[in-house]
Amino acid sequence: MATDLADTRKRGAEPEQTIHVSRNRALHRFLRHRLAIFGALTIVALVVACAIGPNITPFDHLFIDIRSRFLSPLTDAYLFGSDEMGRDLLARLMMAGRVSLTIGFAAMVLSTIFGTVIGAVAGYYGKTVGVVLMRFVDAVLCFPNIFLLLTLAAFIHPSMMTITIIIAATSWMEVARVVEGQIRALRERDFAVAAEMIGASNSHIMFRELLPNAVAPIVVAATLTVARAILLESYISFLGYGIQPPDPSWGNMLNNAQQYLNTAPWLAIFPGLAITLAVTGFNFLGDGLRDALDPRLEG
Amino acid sequence: MQASRAAAHETVLDVQDLSVTFRTPVGPIEVPSGVSFTVRQGETLALVGESGSGKSVTSLAIMRLTAKAPYAVVRGRVRLRDASGFRDLLLLTDEQMRRVRGNEISMIFQEPMTSLNPVHRIGDQIAEAIRFHRDVTPAAAQDRALELLELVGISEPRKRLASYPHHLSGGMRQRVMIAIALACDPKVLIADEPTTALDVTVQAQILALLKELQARTGMAIIFITHNLGVVAEVADRVMVMYAGKIVEQADVGPLFARPMMPYTAGLLRSVPRVAILGERGAALQTIGGNVPDPLTLPPGCAFHPRCLHHQPGRCDAALPPLEQVGDDRAVRCLRWREIGSAAA
Amino acid sequence: MTRYLLSRFVQSLVLLWLVSMIAFAVLHLAPGGPLSQFALSPGMTQAQIERISEQMGLNRPLPIQYLDWLFHLLIGDWGRSFRDTRAVLTVIGSHLPATLQLMVSSTLLAIVLGTWVGVLGAIRRYSLFDYLATIGAMVALSIPTFWFGLVTIYIFSVRLGWLPAGNMFTIGDGSLLDYLHHLIAPCVVLGLVTVAIWSRYMRSSMLDVVNQDYIRTARAKGVPERVILWRHAIRNALLPMITIAGLQLPTLLSGALVTETVFTWPGMGRLFLDSLSYRDYPVVMGILIFSAVLVLVGNLLADILYAVADPRIRLD
Repeated sequence: MATDLADTRKRGAEPEQTIHVSRNRALHRFLRHRLAIFGALTIVALVVACAIGPNITPFDHLFIDIRSRFLSPLTDAYLFGSDEMGRDLLARLMMAGRVSLTIGFAAMVLSTIFGTVIGAVAGYYGKTVGVVLMRFVDAVLCFPNIFLLLTLAAFIHPSMMTITIIIAATSWMEVARVVEGQIRALRERDFAVAAEMIGASNSHIMFRELLPNAVAPIVVAATLTVARAILLESYISFLGYGIQPPDPSWGNMLNNAQQYLNTAPWLAIFPGLAITLAVTGFNFLGDGLRDALDPRLEG
Repeated sequence: MQASRAAAHETVLDVQDLSVTFRTPVGPIEVPSGVSFTVRQGETLALVGESGSGKSVTSLAIMRLTAKAPYAVVRGRVRLRDASGFRDLLLLTDEQMRRVRGNEISMIFQEPMTSLNPVHRIGDQIAEAIRFHRDVTPAAAQDRALELLELVGISEPRKRLASYPHHLSGGMRQRVMIAIALACDPKVLIADEPTTALDVTVQAQILALLKELQARTGMAIIFITHNLGVVAEVADRVMVMYAGKIVEQADVGPLFARPMMPYTAGLLRSVPRVAILGERGAALQTIGGNVPDPLTLPPGCAFHPRCLHHQPGRCDAALPPLEQVGDDRAVRCLRWREIGSAAA
Repeated sequence: MTRYLLSRFVQSLVLLWLVSMIAFAVLHLAPGGPLSQFALSPGMTQAQIERISEQMGLNRPLPIQYLDWLFHLLIGDWGRSFRDTRAVLTVIGSHLPATLQLMVSSTLLAIVLGTWVGVLGAIRRYSLFDYLATIGAMVALSIPTFWFGLVTIYIFSVRLGWLPAGNMFTIGDGSLLDYLHHLIAPCVVLGLVTVAIWSRYMRSSMLDVVNQDYIRTARAKGVPERVILWRHAIRNALLPMITIAGLQLPTLLSGALVTETVFTWPGMGRLFLDSLSYRDYPVVMGILIFSAVLVLVGNLLADILYAVADPRIRLD
């Protein structure tokens, strides 16, 4: 995602001219950190809620009670209301959260590993290998991700694992680009050349010398990848090619809620809020991390 | 070049007690501070100092191009002569000041490579300087632009009118900047290190051009630089600044012959001298120490930690006043009489 | 300029070729590959499948199949839909205009809004507006488009009744006004993401430009602030945005698919989903490749536009 310009010193005169911007900027950065903290707290809250929530809510998420269909929020013990089968929405939301968050995280791990390897190899070896690999990355990026994802989803039998894999398969490119850029730049640095000269193997240099210096941007990219993965899972589940009912996922709950929009809008509102909250949390966190780890902003 | 000191040359710019206070997270900084000077028609005043001395901010303050209050507060009086006397530029509204800029006072800057808009033609950029101050047709403005390009010595001016900045070299771009600055016949031209970023040969050409234009139009020039060689070439009068204050003011000849403020003497001493064949050159002399941080100015005379003639108890006690010495000189030093003569 | 464009064109061709290879690989990933339609059909004997397989040339080595497939692609033979046996390109072509209308209208809206928000955020940096705009953009990028669509439908169609809940026309009324009435909601929903991205990049670009020396020169010339803002600042800040717009195409297409689903807008995205549910693989593959080609062509157009707009490239 876009970053704000790091350095906006007013040019032209002596350094005194630049100082007046700092006060507001320090304030700004503090607030940005507050956003990142908010993001982190949100994520923690969601994870905790989804992890233990279904065990402490009054209703089991599978508990069907026809008499309690379509209860609006805050009726009896149904905090968020109930769905067309009388199931407690809150409990279902939290179960769905387990699925969506797990997939998001797992897809991030897979795509980050894959993307890092591709990027490192491309950045390290450069020349033909690098160019070919990065063109390949560019080519994959030409496909709108949902089209590609859906096509792949139609070929597989949808389960948490297969969905994680195809989401990872369409999310590794950003990480690869970031890593390639970093490795390519770091490769020319003295410590890398020194390692080469004492005979270190290529993979040693790549993974033990160069990559550890590129960790910061990778962490930022990975955080943002989680956000995107959660979003992607919700998209394909919404469209019917992701997690299949009766297993709940925030996406397929929304699919279900479509037909009841008139009568029970809360069925659509809460799952969407959950997705937005989770994705926003990771986005804020990633943005804040990027600010915090960006060397240009120091001093 | 010695300007004639006849009374026919009237004062066009009268700056009194100019100061700019910057608001910073760690406290206010006042640079420049209490600066006063006058510039006469046809005269070139050089503003000399190292980075941080406040010379550039002074010129920006005159043009009212500094940041706005409350981040930068400009105080003092900047009186510009017009048909009916003097006007204080600091009292004008934004719109009134806008009409003065580029019209009665112009400014050229240090970086010609980035000072022109890359997506507009040269002719349009010059014409723009005219169109907002004179009521002329676009065609007339383009004609004037052509005239100006010829005036500043650009070859193939008609072709250049339609060119874009990236087609021109640094020296040519600076000539265009001069053309823009001269478009409305300003009374005062402020040149902020206009040749610092240029090759030495081009530098000489630009300086010659400025002198020629000044002779033609009679405009006053405020020339900001840290290069004393340039000062010797172009200036009639010199003003030396240190840590935001004027420390010496004099005509160029007397200043070079007999600098009174130790700082000025130090600057002159540190200009490298080419050894004559056979002689061994003297070691390059420098002024020890660093320019002070504006937030933590030394007490008393700001230069005293670096001054060879520092007298503890006197020079660090109170800020020396700017003392008038004769008609045309001023010095801010308590010991100038005792220190005696010349740059050794 | 020609050299620049030529190199971009060649790069696009290379990417096109890579795209085709990836698509071919995806095609053969389908269980049963190109035969999948038949695999689902009951009563198919192994012998029949083998015969069709031979007819379709699936016994030949893969590279040959690829070249043959690529050749057909290049001459416009993208196969026939399983559903109605119409040529795939024709089917896509009939649905494309609706998608393009949606994409263009929402992009225009988003550019206007995004430019305004971005510019204002830049010149009033760190103000409340800027702060809210930045957060708003980040939240907007986190909202699932389909949810936003559903909420919009709920508020504006179900509760307020101001806007129709879907489709392109009301039955019986095909007027321009009716069309526009139906266009509003999907256009805004699709535009949300673009506004968010555009405003942030625009802000960044403006901040870059506003601190350039030539802005200071313009002020020193006595040019009015308003003119400086438009003729000098925004004019330069928009240049890199051309490239950004091109890079947004894949996101835009994905968003269009989702928006079309929620609003039952009869475009290429909906066709894709329909074909997917019917296992109409020729159309699915066709749209997949077509969308990638669209992205490539779009980026090439953006490059051309950039070359024209920036004199440093145009006249070299």
